[in-house]
Amino acid sequence: MTGARHLYVHLPFCAHRCGYCDFVTVVGREGQHRAYVDALLRELELERAALAPALETIFLGGGTPTVTALPELVRLLAALPEAPEVTVEANPETVTPELATALRSAGVTRVSLGAQTFRPQLLRVLERVAGPDDVRRAVHHLRDAQFDNISLDLIYGIPGQTAADLEADLGDALALEPEHLSCYELEAKPGTRFTHAWGEELRRQADAMEDYFERVVATLTGAGFRWYETANFCRVDPARDLRSRHNLAYWLGRDYLGIGIGAVSTIENRRWQNTPRLGRYLAALGAGAVPERELEDVGGGVRARERVMLGLRLDEPLPLAGLADAFDPTGLARVEGLGLVERPDAGTLTLTERGRFLGGAVTAELLA
Amino acid sequence: MDQSKIRNFSIIAHIDHGKSTLADRILEITEAVSAREMREQLLDSMELERERGITIKAQAVRVSWKGHELNLIDTPGHVDFTYEVSRSLQACEGALLVVDAAQGIEAQTLANAYLAIENGLDIVPVVNKIDLPQADPDGASIEVADLLGDDPSHVVRISAKTGQNVHEVLDAIVERVPPPAGEAEAPPRALVFDSSYDQYRGVVAFIRVVDGTFTRREALRAMATTTRFDAEELGFFSPTMTPVETLTAGEVGYVITGLKELSSLRVGDTLTTVANPASAPLPGYKDVKPMVFAGLFPTDSDDYPELRDALEKLELNDAALFYEPETSQALGFGFRCGFLGLLHMEIVRERLEREFDLDLLVTAPTVAYRVLERNGDWREVHNPAEFPREVEEVEEPYVKASIIVPKEFVGAVMELCNDRRGTFDHMEYLSPERVHLTYELPLGEIVLDFYDQLKSRTRGYASFDYDLAGFKAGNLVRVDVLVANETVDALSLIVHRDFAYDRGRLLVEKLREEIPRQMFDVPIQAAIGARVIARETVKARRKDVLAKCYGGDISRKRKLLENQKKGKKRMKQVGAVEVPQEAFLAVLNIGQGQKSS
Repeated sequence: MTGARHLYVHLPFCAHRCGYCDFVTVVGREGQHRAYVDALLRELELERAALAPALETIFLGGGTPTVTALPELVRLLAALPEAPEVTVEANPETVTPELATALRSAGVTRVSLGAQTFRPQLLRVLERVAGPDDVRRAVHHLRDAQFDNISLDLIYGIPGQTAADLEADLGDALALEPEHLSCYELEAKPGTRFTHAWGEELRRQADAMEDYFERVVATLTGAGFRWYETANFCRVDPARDLRSRHNLAYWLGRDYLGIGIGAVSTIENRRWQNTPRLGRYLAALGAGAVPERELEDVGGGVRARERVMLGLRLDEPLPLAGLADAFDPTGLARVEGLGLVERPDAGTLTLTERGRFLGGAVTAELLA
Repeated sequence: MDQSKIRNFSIIAHIDHGKSTLADRILEITEAVSAREMREQLLDSMELERERGITIKAQAVRVSWKGHELNLIDTPGHVDFTYEVSRSLQACEGALLVVDAAQGIEAQTLANAYLAIENGLDIVPVVNKIDLPQADPDGASIEVADLLGDDPSHVVRISAKTGQNVHEVLDAIVERVPPPAGEAEAPPRALVFDSSYDQYRGVVAFIRVVDGTFTRREALRAMATTTRFDAEELGFFSPTMTPVETLTAGEVGYVITGLKELSSLRVGDTLTTVANPASAPLPGYKDVKPMVFAGLFPTDSDDYPELRDALEKLELNDAALFYEPETSQALGFGFRCGFLGLLHMEIVRERLEREFDLDLLVTAPTVAYRVLERNGDWREVHNPAEFPREVEEVEEPYVKASIIVPKEFVGAVMELCNDRRGTFDHMEYLSPERVHLTYELPLGEIVLDFYDQLKSRTRGYASFDYDLAGFKAGNLVRVDVLVANETVDALSLIVHRDFAYDRGRLLVEKLREEIPRQMFDVPIQAAIGARVIARETVKARRKDVLAKCYGGDISRKRKLLENQKKGKKRMKQVGAVEVPQEAFLAVLNIGQGQKSS
């Protein structure tokens, strides 16, 4: 191994914590943005050896990276290594013409906008700050700043969302002509404020929303998008591959370095997660030490199994070389018999269309 | 010991009416055990018995009272062990019939009282728990006296808990129970009324010497099984084992046989000596046959050898337990086990799980059916999966059920018995409030959930007992269950033809709820032969994906899938369908709405 070619940078700051969110986020603390960027750069320096000389992708995720004070964000971007794909996540209401221009000039190539839904009442359920017009405005500002790779995040299965609401959201998103779309079913994660408030409602609606995933896939592929990963779609452009190359690295089982609070890194047989606590992170790096980390041994075939789990999320066949031990032959035979997986050739495996809708169950079945 | 000074007696009572407490108090008053070393309920030795408040293995304890030798022979208190109870009673000349002063007579009181009367015992009626605030000693005394055709003034009123009047019970035994009437000079004969197995000393037989004298080290013979062995040790319990050189006519004690298998010495058999054999055995020996059957399968098929070993060990202590290997397409390797009744089954199951730490799947219980084969032979079938799909003639076991309920529940009980193909036999008022009903019922209708239904329909007030009443012809059919077009042998059931449609429908409905949605549609059908009588479908899941999966949560998502995989392993694979263990018990829960109307 010559080091990771993919870098994740966590920017935890948010204007408001949405009820459904279980990411590592920090509300307020504007006074600490500078110190945090210092700490990030210090951590990057300490882990320099883990990175390859040339990076392929950098992803700034959050939190809301664009809530970070703009001068600090620009300082961070300038200090990061160069990469052909640099993505920044943004909330629509934070995207001003100035921000768009600043990001573009700082080398950002791709922006992922958290649109979630265009229905005002559903945005309120999700406690999102932005309104539907903020999304449209953000896309225009980004286009004006010459961004030619914009992704929109949508959430479906929101309490109260009808099938017509979903179709309208997909239509509104497509009308903005994004290069990429991520569509997630809302997860009521245990312990979140959202689950407490809406968990019952979601269970009641489960049957009615059972076909929403099928609708999303049908509508987007109908509009010419490629369903390249379980929850991700990209426009087909003969000149460019519009898949998220950073996320593709995760799904292909590549090594990656993550910096910032709560960030996860996976390098060979080691995986570690930084402390999610801002104060401790700043203190450690302020003293020039690596932050507290939770370590996990991912040797002993774990990564091979993860490669199966992740690789089968993709529309491209999974090469089987070196993965024999990751499969349970009985389970594999069973899902093959049910027409849920197929082997396009002797050395690869892929989910069939129906298999992709049942990808979780199929993977659980065929994993050793 | 002079036979005229010996009194052999049992205590018979409904569960919780205070038999064990009275036994403890008798030991205490006669100073067989000091109060300090008294372990509560000394006679119930097994942990399980203590918890359930029932006694499985009888023992006999010798105590002294006013120059007399009193042998208290403990009896099992439950219907499943009727034969064992009757053997214990046969070893006695008298019995204490104990009735709770607050509860009055219950079904088991009746069953055991009749058994004692049939065995020619003199009965001393005792009303217990007179110290309770809700006690009605007068009412209970009248009920017992009526039952026995005795005078209420002869009923001894006690509190076994406080010891109040217990000495009167001992006096009554000496006065009212006759001494044994065996012939001391005749060739020796002793009744084996119970036995147990000791790891080091082999089979220990509990005996009542009827005639003659047995001496230590003598060669003995069991007359029915023809087993021969030497009396390694003779003795009695006081309550600890006390060895003696001889046991003579009228005495109760034990013999250590050195035999290695409990089955080589049957309860009810007669012992005699090889040197001076008796010409005829004592009457009443029966080969007890299991009537209730169920498949026992290890939840994890790797545990099969452990289950086999556990059953072998249990059999040493439980001669009534029957088992043979069974292979189920759905459940794999296990054992078809035969039990005396439902309680016996419950006890075996609990002992396997508790003492041997096994995780078991027990299929719905069924009974022994007698099926007429084409060649004219009758065959006994213990497993619905072996029941022929086409039968000429079939017979099923019947019981005589005895139910005691407050009068307001008579209608509910009659309705239940009628739903279960019962034939009304008899009804009488035990008191203005309480009614005794007898019904003849197919045992097959009782083994599933009859008792639960009875309890729920009478708000727990009914007491119930039954006695086997032979085989009778039945219009029975085998209903098979097909999951995804494959017959699941472990779900087949035998039902009366008139109930086949309703039970089949209820069973497939229940299964539809129990079987989780799969990756494809799963039809569930009930069929008689090739004719489908009910059908349900478990619709295929339409989606099952982990919504997001990025660098930060790969470990968590992997663990989710691993857990999902583990969940699958806990299910039983039926063809391509994953069936949870609980589904195999669905047949147990279809009793609720099974009226054919």
